[in-house]
Amino acid sequence: MATSDVKLLGAWPSPFALRVHIALNIKSIDYECLEENLLAKSQLLLQSNPVHKKVPVLIHHDKPICESLAIVQYIDEAWSSAPSILPSDPYDRAVARFWAAYIDDKWFPWLNGVANAQGAEAKKAALDQVREGLVVLEEAFGKCSKGKDFFSGDRIGYVDIALGCFLGWVYVAEKRNDVKLLVEDKMPGLAAWANKFCEDGTVKDVMPDKDELLEFANMILEARAKLNASSNN
Amino acid sequence: MASGAMQEEQVKLLGIWVSPFVKRVEWALKFKGIEYEYVEEDLTNKSSLLLTSNPVHQKVPVLLHNGNPIVESLVIIEYIDENWKQNPILPQDPHERAKARFWANFIEQKITEATRTALVTEGEQQEKVVKELKEAMEVLEGEAAAKLNDKTLFFGGKNGLGYVDIVLGWICNWVEVIEEVGGFKVLDPQKQPHIHKWMANFVEVPLIKPTLLPKEKMVVYFQMVRQAYLGLAAKK
Repeated sequence: MATSDVKLLGAWPSPFALRVHIALNIKSIDYECLEENLLAKSQLLLQSNPVHKKVPVLIHHDKPICESLAIVQYIDEAWSSAPSILPSDPYDRAVARFWAAYIDDKWFPWLNGVANAQGAEAKKAALDQVREGLVVLEEAFGKCSKGKDFFSGDRIGYVDIALGCFLGWVYVAEKRNDVKLLVEDKMPGLAAWANKFCEDGTVKDVMPDKDELLEFANMILEARAKLNASSNN
Repeated sequence: MASGAMQEEQVKLLGIWVSPFVKRVEWALKFKGIEYEYVEEDLTNKSSLLLTSNPVHQKVPVLLHNGNPIVESLVIIEYIDENWKQNPILPQDPHERAKARFWANFIEQKITEATRTALVTEGEQQEKVVKELKEAMEVLEGEAAAKLNDKTLFFGGKNGLGYVDIVLGWICNWVEVIEEVGGFKVLDPQKQPHIHKWMANFVEVPLIKPTLLPKEKMVVYFQMVRQAYLGLAAKK
């Protein structure tokens, strides 16, 4: 398939764009990656995602697909040959979609909330909540993986992608707040899974460097703090 | 019992009468012609079946299929669609499916969540969320204007009702009630003519019409919910 048939509008720090990179790699799809500057969005992005104006957007045969999990499912369905990203059994698919929804609707907002929490008490509460969510996900991992390396079994699948994309940002939250979130003795399954995920062939080359991400996060959050301080004066 | 018949499927739905999330699942089941047993839960005294079926959220709806629990209304609807092949809810084409999922997500995040928040807040907090809700309705009106016309009454297209219709349908019965209870207005037939036309058509669909709830009963319920949340907020 011609490279220009598949384009991904992304941004290197975006965990949501990372999901799509991984899904495309799982299917060995050749694609053109267009790096967006989120402070100066391209016409193509604005036209392709007029509702949210966000990355990622997948453009296939000139048709845009938006929302990272909708894109991942699209990739699984449009390139239906193995390896599959979602399981084939409807019940297993429902379980996978449940955990992806938990991650997006509950756990990620908690992770995001850490940066927004003001004051030591609020920060601690926010971090505790992220950790509690990881304990729930540890249990989910045990049930889903059935002793194998990934939520999906032997290979990376839907829930692995949904959660694994945030590992760099978990590292950022840990470093910025001088805490451990992925605590090995409380979450041994997830700790081992995290290492295997980051080392996987479909992830390794597309996952952003953790320290570069930390530097980026520090820059953004310091700029935001300055903006808030000046608007409060 | 007929011999050689399909394996008997045991389908049970745990719900409460007033939940739009439960109603969606009922619509999906009826759309497919699936027989099911409905169990009304008392959320102040949750059954052990509910708690063991949905330990993470402890909420309704819960679909139990041959004893296996499926939770989260959108996950349940996709499960129903994939497990029972008749009367497809989602489109067949992957690109159309992705668009349907996109809009379902948009509705959930920008309209459903915002309406819930508007119900339980007041003053500046409520004003902010109502403004966002109006903006979201404008976006949805744009999509409705692009998709719907005299020949295409529903988002499901030429197949009639589809995923987006089932996900959005709750607005027909619930938004007016929550507007009244919360003391705000987002529905505007002048600004949202296509949405209003869609609503008028949706409530007339034979499988939908008998499921609609009496507004007065809903107002009483949601007034109670609003008072409870505002009372809790005042204590903080």
